[in-house]
Amino acid sequence: MTKPVIIVGASMGGLRAAEALRRFGYAGPITVIGEEHHAPYNRPPLSKEVLAAEVSHEAVAFPQRESTADVNWVLGTRVESADLEHGTVTDSEGETHAYGTLIIATGLRPKRLEVQNAELIGRHAVRTLDDAIGLRKDLKPGARVVVLGAGFIGCEVAATARKLGCEVTVVAPGSHPITRPLGVELAKELQRRHEAMGVKFVMKTSVTDLVGTTAVEGVVLDSGEIILCDVLVEAIGSHTNTEWLEGNDLELSNGVLTDNDMRAVKTSGEAWPNVFAIGDVARFANPLFDDEARRVEHWNIPTDTAKRVAQVFAGQTQGPFAPIPSFWSDQYDIHILAYGLLALADEVKLVAGDIQGECVFGYYREGKMVGVCGIGMRTTVMGYRKEFELK
Amino acid sequence: MTIKIEVDMTKCQHYGQCVFEAPDIFRLNADDKLEYTAEADDSELANVEAAIDVCPMQAIFIVK
Ligand SMILES: Cc1cc2nc3c(=O)[nH]c(=O)nc-3n(C[C@H](O)[C@H](O)[C@H](O)COP(=O)(O)OP(=O)(O)OC[C@H]3O[C@@H](n4cnc5c(N)ncnc54)[C@H](O)[C@@H]3O)c2cc1C
Repeated sequence: MTKPVIIVGASMGGLRAAEALRRFGYAGPITVIGEEHHAPYNRPPLSKEVLAAEVSHEAVAFPQRESTADVNWVLGTRVESADLEHGTVTDSEGETHAYGTLIIATGLRPKRLEVQNAELIGRHAVRTLDDAIGLRKDLKPGARVVVLGAGFIGCEVAATARKLGCEVTVVAPGSHPITRPLGVELAKELQRRHEAMGVKFVMKTSVTDLVGTTAVEGVVLDSGEIILCDVLVEAIGSHTNTEWLEGNDLELSNGVLTDNDMRAVKTSGEAWPNVFAIGDVARFANPLFDDEARRVEHWNIPTDTAKRVAQVFAGQTQGPFAPIPSFWSDQYDIHILAYGLLALADEVKLVAGDIQGECVFGYYREGKMVGVCGIGMRTTVMGYRKEFELK
Repeated sequence: MTIKIEVDMTKCQHYGQCVFEAPDIFRLNADDKLEYTAEADDSELANVEAAIDVCPMQAIFIVK
């Protein structure tokens, strides 16, 4: 019997890998093992639509294709360990599965605030559908919500909670929301728009402790001041889900280091021939920018890296892998679309429009464009996309 | 054979990502709003599926 391709992680990356393997001609067995009980679904609505209304799994699930109807989905099952020398993974039921090829797609989980009274009701993070459904129940009109962290997810949750009529305060260490990667000018404007909607910002501040005995009642700031709240949303970054890979010859300092074919790399620098990593958990260099390996937590990366793996597997690669990173964000009626790696820029300038309305910013490193980001003005933003094609 | 394509315009935010995948089906008009051809030849299936995959709002469907 041929050993299957085993994909660990049944989210967007896992699904896209199974689909791409079939598309590029692999007809053998595929097993996908995932910790969540749900079939693969889309995460971006979790900080937006799913918080705002009673949205079911069905509404956010990715469509199932005929090509992957024979994939063996092992859901609600965590992989606890892997033995890459012998080509096996062992799950939480104690079952060991042998693979011919392993695809790592275990993504991220949220960082949580480390405090003494950790078990308080009303503390939330948003990564899974169950997280979002749990938070939605608490976002009642008038509820006092503190959002810790002013990155994309923090700002999106703040916007959604505000629209639901909550009293929202964002607390974060930076000077303005999403300064990295948007740059100060756009970040300030975003803050202005949030404030105009009634969201409060307490910036350059961290939380040292929580108030409450059974439920969260407030956060203690590093200034000693207390902000009272009924709901706390922690959007302070994430950890990579790689613990199950420990003990193998891999570079796991920040996700799984891979080569340009998404093959996991040994500490010697040599690649495992049959072990790949994709999506948020993969750290790889993108020749569009330089040779520094980075993890890219954007929605196009699971799809693009999965496709690369399938092409490599089928021996159908054409040239180096150089995906154009792209992301979007919806906050109120602000719809942001970006291409590139904005965070690499040493210079950011307005290239079109008016910052208080629709606008486009260009991001440059040593004079070369590394990113573009717009609020509205879609055709203009899309026109810059070709700047990022490999020449 | 043809395929029927539908975009849920209550979901669509005109991000235009589909335009790169299936340029003969999807386009942005002068006001940056999405327009599309609702019926296409079977040969477009792979492109339309790719467009479905890259749609941030997951608003594109093939109607059976
Ligand atoms: C709330 C939210 C909003 C977002 N909004 C946007 C947006 O607007 N725009 C944008 O561009 N991107 C957005 N993103 C990012 C985007 O969703 C991610 O880039 C994408 O989900 C990554 O997919 P992935 O498959 O690599 O990893 P994940 O989606 O993290 O999936 C990993 C899966 O592996 C499972 N797993 C982990 N460990 C194990 C194990 N040991 N055994 C078995 N299974 C395991 C997990 O349970 C999970 O289901 C958002 C993300 C979140 C959380």
